[in-house]
Amino acid sequence: MAKTHVSTEINGDQVEFLCDTEQTLLDVLRDELQFTGSKEGCGSGDCGACTVMMDGRHVCSCLVLGAEAEGKKIETIEGMADGEDLHPLQEKFLEHAALQCGICTPGILVASKALLDRNPDPTETELRYWLAGNLCRCTGYDKIIRAVMDAAAEMRSS
Amino acid sequence: MTDVKEPVAKSEFKQIGKRPKRPDGVDKVTGRARYGADFALPGMLHGEVVRSPHAHAKLISIDTSKAEALPGVKSVVTHHDFADQPSEAATAGEMAVNYRDIVRNLLAREKVLYDGHPVAAVAATSVSIARKAAKLIEVKYEVLPHVINVVESMKDDAPLLNEEQFTKRADGSMSDKPSNVATELEIKVGDIEAGFAAADHIVERTYDTKPVHQGYIEPHACVASYTEDGQGEIWVSSQGHFLIRSFTARLCGMDVSKLNVTPAEIGGGFGGKIFVYLEPLALMLSKKSNRPVKMVMSRADVFRATGPTSGANMTVKIGATKDGKITAASTDLRYQAGPFPGSPVGPATMTSFACYSIENVLVKGYDVIVNRPKVAAYRAPGAQVAAFAVESAVEELAHAIGMDPVEFRLKNAAKEGTKVHFGATMGPVGLVESLEAIKSHDNNQVPLGPNQGRGYAAGFWFNIGGETCVTMNVNEDGTVGLSVGTPDIGGSRASMSMMAAEELGIETDEVRAQLADTKSLGFNFISAGSRTTFSTGKATIEAAREVIQTCRERAAAHWDIPVDAVVWEEGQARPASSNAGDFEPLSLKDLAAMAPKQGGPISGHIESNVQGAAPSYAAQSVDVEVDPETGLVKILRFTVAQDAGKAIHPSYVEGQFQGATAQGIGWALNEEYIYDENGRLENANFLDYRIPVASDLPMIDTVIVEVPNPAHPYGVRGIGETSIIPVMAAVANAIENAVGVRMEELPMSPPKVLKAIDESQPIAAE
Repeated sequence: MAKTHVSTEINGDQVEFLCDTEQTLLDVLRDELQFTGSKEGCGSGDCGACTVMMDGRHVCSCLVLGAEAEGKKIETIEGMADGEDLHPLQEKFLEHAALQCGICTPGILVASKALLDRNPDPTETELRYWLAGNLCRCTGYDKIIRAVMDAAAEMRSS
Repeated sequence: MTDVKEPVAKSEFKQIGKRPKRPDGVDKVTGRARYGADFALPGMLHGEVVRSPHAHAKLISIDTSKAEALPGVKSVVTHHDFADQPSEAATAGEMAVNYRDIVRNLLAREKVLYDGHPVAAVAATSVSIARKAAKLIEVKYEVLPHVINVVESMKDDAPLLNEEQFTKRADGSMSDKPSNVATELEIKVGDIEAGFAAADHIVERTYDTKPVHQGYIEPHACVASYTEDGQGEIWVSSQGHFLIRSFTARLCGMDVSKLNVTPAEIGGGFGGKIFVYLEPLALMLSKKSNRPVKMVMSRADVFRATGPTSGANMTVKIGATKDGKITAASTDLRYQAGPFPGSPVGPATMTSFACYSIENVLVKGYDVIVNRPKVAAYRAPGAQVAAFAVESAVEELAHAIGMDPVEFRLKNAAKEGTKVHFGATMGPVGLVESLEAIKSHDNNQVPLGPNQGRGYAAGFWFNIGGETCVTMNVNEDGTVGLSVGTPDIGGSRASMSMMAAEELGIETDEVRAQLADTKSLGFNFISAGSRTTFSTGKATIEAAREVIQTCRERAAAHWDIPVDAVVWEEGQARPASSNAGDFEPLSLKDLAAMAPKQGGPISGHIESNVQGAAPSYAAQSVDVEVDPETGLVKILRFTVAQDAGKAIHPSYVEGQFQGATAQGIGWALNEEYIYDENGRLENANFLDYRIPVASDLPMIDTVIVEVPNPAHPYGVRGIGETSIIPVMAAVANAIENAVGVRMEELPMSPPKVLKAIDESQPIAAE
């Protein structure tokens, strides 16, 4: 079957790609465009390791078709830092040792930023439910929650 | 090198105990870090595995012709491409494996033995062509009766998985008839009958647990390339690339020297990424196609064909006097191994009663094969399962004699000098300190409300050392490169850099630790058994001492004084005293600059079999609230106290305690393999196999106990595993305290807890 031509925006850059109709946005990001920061942990939307922003909403990119990116704005983990300056969430994850193996980290960072963009002062409970779609098997979430809460506090005061 | 500085006292550490940012951290928060599936080579093919849909069947035929005819398909492999292997034990960490079984698990030969058992593999120019080709491979099966349950499998009339397997009994004799019981083990101390006769109270129960998966978020993945001159390369995320090389070379019939394995970043392992699954398939597909081959498992493949640890059926009997002395303890541990022998029942027999000083003990273990995936190690393999039974019985016994369960454990706790039932005499250990920390913790003083309960448990894990090689190079600017061969799963490059900096007297960020491939270092055993910070850390410190020795020699030659007159302090060579002479100190940077005019580059190499790993004990308390309407158990607070010997980077020590605890909570409340009547796994995905999510858990409070290990220069013990061991029993004990029901089966999911509550409270007659 002929491939589909897609024009989209990724991390502020105009991008064009060809994809099979069955390819997911995650497949396209990883295999066609070499944005391998988004991870595939399950392929069924259960683990959140592939979380990206699409037109301002956080989505599991394994549940979005590549063709659906047409005309959309996609933001991935690769676009989170501003040049050499890490985003406060990235800084706080390092400071709080909020990652062990790190495979879930890109998805959790993207999802956390999505929360703070709409709610700069979440309660711990709100944060825990917001991140309930992002599995981490290493940390028990303790240090992740502390890192996000600390980043939120810092972002509010700056 | 006794003339180099002795282990420093706690207060003198400059780097150890701080919390620097990990050296691999920025790459992991920016998406730059490359894991198993993030690697690609030009011309790369994609491999796909064909798996058995049956739990037990004869393999009649495999027809690959239609798949091979599909455009884009470049190679296909079946068991015919791999030579059979003799029955011969192979090292695989804490669990035994056999080459005969490894080759049969890689690709089924005579029979398929579980749902998901690989039968063939295919490589094609795209993922979608490989998937289509996999569906075109025609396999004929003759379905056989299967057995999933360990108790059923031990019966005389159970379907046999291997007609040539006889039971090796504890006395070394063999059974007369073939059996699914591979091995019986026994540990006997004292007089068990006299011990129970001396007890005032005895608790005896039978407990049951289900297999659970390690649940790492990164599926297994690798890229393999085999060249026309017979050289192989593999890029893979694993817990030990040297062991991946050993197994793959053996199964593919290659010299070890012709295979190089490069470690990718690993997205979690927990014991499940020690064994080979994809690597020999990818390499053989590459050999047959002359193209690199990438293979990545789906999540369903991960559940169906890798991982799980044993489910078990266990009977435990413990007796104690009224004043709280345990007089006797016995247990029968029946462990599922999957389709080949090798469950962790051995470590289970040894750890079962190792928290206590008990004179009369009888432990029996049974390694039983069943039609489930081959079990793999999982964080303290075997010990957590046995501890669910033992620590449940210990708590119940404490209640029966009217003693506080922490006091009861303290009264019987193993301490320095205790000879535990499996024969080891303990050196300095931290069980008493851990129990005391739990007792005095603020969480233990919080009053409980209705339907809330508090439970306790303790745990023991051996920890291991083993083969370890490191190379430390002083660079030309005086900074330091450290090459290690133990994959960094949770921050070990940070701890290695800290230990190197501590020893050398420089700053942590002046040391860069990196993971070397298999061709760059001598054999390194796996990152498992809580051995990495201990073993690779010890080797790193010794390598630093070699560097220091060379630096002292260089300074002595430069100053023309004896080596003995040079000391190494604060990262500098200095004259030992004014008698030695008056010279300006020489830093690592100075000595590196002088090196070209002296003996050349400065380095330290350690190739060793590290000994002296010391056990780590833990104690835990948990508060739960049980909803009597639904049976849902909510974790309110959790406290972990564990002996780390010495915490190098406390944040990552806490992280290990917290992560192990969270895994235990999942095991306690939700996780289990569910099979249908045909032996097919029904919940091979993260929706139906539910691991804890952020909203399921509270903060997990930790206390790092530090009773130094005398065999490590800084006192380090392995800490990665122990904290999963007590969790399931602690939760069961808290549920009993909350609603008065004693759970004998895992997971303690809402339907089971609700049923137990309903059965304990008969509806009053109207």
